[in-house]
Amino acid sequence: MASIRFNNIYLGKSVSISSNDEKIFTKRTIKDYYNGEKTFEEAEEKQERIIIDDMLKSINLDLIIGADLSNQIAITSKTMANYNIPFLGIYNACASYPEGIIIASKLLDSKIKNIGVIVSSHNKTAEKSYRYPIEYGSLRKKCETYTLTSSVISQITKSKSNIKIESCTIGKVVDYNFVDVKNIGAVMAPSAASTLITHLKDLKRDISYYDLVITGDLGKIGSKLFEEILLENDITLQNYIDAGSMIITDENLSLMGGSGPVCLPLFLTEKIIKQNKYKHILIIGTGSLHNVSMVNSKRSVPSISHIVSLEVLN
Amino acid sequence: MTEDKYLKLVKENTLKENTLKNTFISFLSGGVLGLMAEALTNIYMKILYLEESSALTLMTITFIFIAVILTGLGSFDDLVKKYRFGLLIPITGFASSVASSLMDYKNEGTITGLGANMFKLAGAVILYGIVSAFLLALIKGVFYG
Repeated sequence: MASIRFNNIYLGKSVSISSNDEKIFTKRTIKDYYNGEKTFEEAEEKQERIIIDDMLKSINLDLIIGADLSNQIAITSKTMANYNIPFLGIYNACASYPEGIIIASKLLDSKIKNIGVIVSSHNKTAEKSYRYPIEYGSLRKKCETYTLTSSVISQITKSKSNIKIESCTIGKVVDYNFVDVKNIGAVMAPSAASTLITHLKDLKRDISYYDLVITGDLGKIGSKLFEEILLENDITLQNYIDAGSMIITDENLSLMGGSGPVCLPLFLTEKIIKQNKYKHILIIGTGSLHNVSMVNSKRSVPSISHIVSLEVLN
Repeated sequence: MTEDKYLKLVKENTLKENTLKNTFISFLSGGVLGLMAEALTNIYMKILYLEESSALTLMTITFIFIAVILTGLGSFDDLVKKYRFGLLIPITGFASSVASSLMDYKNEGTITGLGANMFKLAGAVILYGIVSAFLLALIKGVFYG
């Protein structure tokens, strides 16, 4: 069974940083893509350093689990060279945040008390590794999403906070024989639905148990497809939000919304948790597992989704 | 849900690209660019008293220069967003593809960065340009002497 229940695991403090593209208020803002550095890669490293430093001011982290979208997750690895903290680098594309939480929740014990899960993306470094050169005027399709320039670190801990990590479901890789990676929402929607169905079945729950379901970056097309697939399996979503489409609302950037591993945690920690309106929250991180060579050889794109169920305590 | 059914569902839900409108805009912008090039060639011939072949070369250089400067300033991609393929097909698109690759890789060294990646996109144009020129020359040679 791929679903795990947790006892006494909590989501502690979260620190985030974002740029002017994102329509979410964070205390720390990046004014331009270079952020005072020489290259975009260094700018992303700086953005990670800012939030890790901020986190370390009040919390002593025993381990950091991190992911980003650069090749061989070089950016987060390079950032971690500045700290004397053990590091696990992971990659499940945009499903990395729930993946990190799941690993962290299982690793916590008497010696490892606080784990930081960091996810990061930078629009320009992602464009460089997945698409055309940045200033080349390649035309974007209407179904394409826009990668965020943002980072979030969350503390996973055994000491009590008001958000409990209650259970999780580890997803399977789903391949629906879909080739067009530009329509990334359509690539990921089947895996999001498949993991959600497994989650409800494993834990013998009805979808009405959850006050809110959040997906990471399915975008407008993807979230519609997600709902359609669920409808076919007799699951009707009542209260559902796609984080990416709420964060990037500027139609000049993308008609679909934002993408990247940061969508989900940024929206969750800066908006939903602060609203304090929901009790049972289900987060679904959706990731498209492709690289340039797979796309160029016209092979179908697999995707993965992981679920973490959160309970807000009063 | 079966794969076929899903692919059909995706097709129904995906926003359609406005091909006709894009083609029309590209046709107009490409035409206007051509007109500007023609005018510039004539100006060079009249003012600088150049021969037609030299004026044409100078005109091409001018357009390459403008495209590269605009790419460097970060506004070429905005212009392409507005005027579509009309700016990418002529020499301006070729110039921008080389300039943008160079900008991306300028930090990775002169050989492994600039040298290896300069023609990342433009390499295809050069290769297939040469291949098609060879084939056309062959046809011309065989059939028309």
